[in-house]
Amino acid sequence: MQADLNVILPEIVISVYAIAALLFTAYTGRDRMAGMLLWLTAALFTVMALWIGTTGQGTRTAFGGMFNDDAFSRFAKVTILLSTAAVMVMGQEYMMRRKILRFEYPVLIALCAVGMMLMVSAGDLMALYMGLELQSLALYVVASLRRDSAKSTEAGLKYFVLGALSSGLLLYGASLTYGYAGTTLFSGIIVAADGQAPVGLLIGLVLVLAGLAFKVSAVPFHMWTPDVYEGAPTPITAFFATAPKVAAMALFARVVHDAFGNVVGDWQQVLAVLALLSMFLGAVAAIGQTDIKRLMAYSSIAHMGYALMGLAAGTAFGVQSMLIYMAIYVTMNIGTFAFILSMERDGQPITEIASLNMYSRAHPGRALAMLILLFSLAGVPPLLGFFGKLYVLRAAYEGGLAWLAIAGVIASVIGAFYYLRIVYFMYFGEEREPLETARSPVQWSFLMVSAALMLLGIINMFGIEAMAQAAAATLVN
Amino acid sequence: MSMTVMSFYLFAISALAGGLFTVISRNPVHSVLWLILAFISSAGLFVLLGAEFVAMLLIIVYVGAVAVLFLFVVMMLDVDFAALKAEMARYMPLALLIGVILLMQFGLAFGNWQMSEGAEAARAAVTPDGVENTAALGMLLYDKYFLLFQTSGLILLVAMIGAIVLTLRHRTDIKRQDVLAQMYRDPAKAMELKDVKPGQGL
Repeated sequence: MQADLNVILPEIVISVYAIAALLFTAYTGRDRMAGMLLWLTAALFTVMALWIGTTGQGTRTAFGGMFNDDAFSRFAKVTILLSTAAVMVMGQEYMMRRKILRFEYPVLIALCAVGMMLMVSAGDLMALYMGLELQSLALYVVASLRRDSAKSTEAGLKYFVLGALSSGLLLYGASLTYGYAGTTLFSGIIVAADGQAPVGLLIGLVLVLAGLAFKVSAVPFHMWTPDVYEGAPTPITAFFATAPKVAAMALFARVVHDAFGNVVGDWQQVLAVLALLSMFLGAVAAIGQTDIKRLMAYSSIAHMGYALMGLAAGTAFGVQSMLIYMAIYVTMNIGTFAFILSMERDGQPITEIASLNMYSRAHPGRALAMLILLFSLAGVPPLLGFFGKLYVLRAAYEGGLAWLAIAGVIASVIGAFYYLRIVYFMYFGEEREPLETARSPVQWSFLMVSAALMLLGIINMFGIEAMAQAAAATLVN
Repeated sequence: MSMTVMSFYLFAISALAGGLFTVISRNPVHSVLWLILAFISSAGLFVLLGAEFVAMLLIIVYVGAVAVLFLFVVMMLDVDFAALKAEMARYMPLALLIGVILLMQFGLAFGNWQMSEGAEAARAAVTPDGVENTAALGMLLYDKYFLLFQTSGLILLVAMIGAIVLTLRHRTDIKRQDVLAQMYRDPAKAMELKDVKPGQGL
């Protein structure tokens, strides 16, 4: 037991911190402490990320194989913790001014982070489900954090009801898998699910994949995404678009490789179809959007399609490309949302795309940073986003899915239209009522750093490539 | 037909009927009552399986607490179920189609159900010989599945925080009782003794 607890020490620390913070603030300052608590939580996440990243060695399992600590989970955990910390800090000022920063918010996010860490380390269908529910439940609550707004409440409720449905699908799939394999441990399932999979197991596998696809908002399980992104307060939308997506994607990779690694052909086609639909729907449906948060929702759907394409290759290189893609995607999204958070007029947040007309005239520096980020999101060379796409396309091609890679290129060209439309508005749009910008040095620095990373990262990607390779090697053998 | 087989069919049929009437009955209160029947029948099925502890839990927790809570909610909230049903009826053909397709697929899956060769041996939670059901469950929960047990505790904590975050309102426009202020009230400050002369008033 002692050794087991040692393996999950980071999770224990964050859980204990969350509970202690909850008790402490409830008895002392309540919402007055929220700002301080938020920074403290972000600092803890950063420390934990550094700790996991630097001290983690080798592969360890705990609780009879239910929990894995390996290079793959560490890569995902560092990404999750750092991006969560960044998003929290970024939105602090926004939430303070709109009086929606409550002291429960950092606590819920901390517990959500524990859920995500359990997800990426899961070695058992039950542990997977527990982590997923811990994460989702906290997400449902923060989605409707602005409880006086009908849209925010609707977002939370919609997310909750559809999330419950997807959990049901996942659980039913898990029970069918258990019925076939006789065990819920991934290490047992991979032995049992070898060779020709019978129909029962196939249905179980597909239902599990459907449940997970809902969490990464892959088409056709994407319906909740635009509404939730639009309805939730912007800092929380920024959170939805980053860490939970990484966690769900990593979980996806873990399930298909750790549990179903011997029936690659059976899930490969499912993932390929999910990827194809997501890429095209994300690209086409975003064109008509007028709200930048909805646009980012469709953008995230398309990006999940690309990440799934890497995964669909079914090879170690596929997993590596997916991890690189997710790391780049998260960095880009943090910068973009730092920009969206600062859009306002008379102190009111503005999310209309048309309000960006001639933005470059008033704020040339910010407009340039946003331009770089948008180009990177679109996958224009030589920015980092292009290399992310290149990796997944190569993985798909080498994995024998050349048709999917070609489709990905076409979807990317279609998708470039709506990113470039924003650039057009910013530089060549017509004169309109000008947009103001919140004076927040935190948001400014996140925007600038993120844009700078898109440029500087092309030199050696800060060593992410090698880390992702090591991570993928532990998952696929 | 032996007693066990007969009671299996009895419980199974009443569980199915309970589930069906929960969905189709017009009065929501009746729906909840049918739901209770479904719960009790499932408890009976668990007893037949030899899982008497789970059966008792089902009755105590679901029938005793959850279903009664449902009854309260249904009776206290004035929800127009007829309108909701009318809304649902519009999508009925599509729902039926999907239902039939799913049913066929499950028929396909269960029609020739196969287990992997090692499935029987790999089963995780087999009750050891000479140990009672309840004790065996305890051993699983607090030992083998310790991680899952603690995680579910965290999930419940999140649910609790969430309920408070989303519903609690601190109203400032009402008077509250301040116990300490009451206790430390000084008679010297709160009371004033006046010496009223007879016949004069204040």
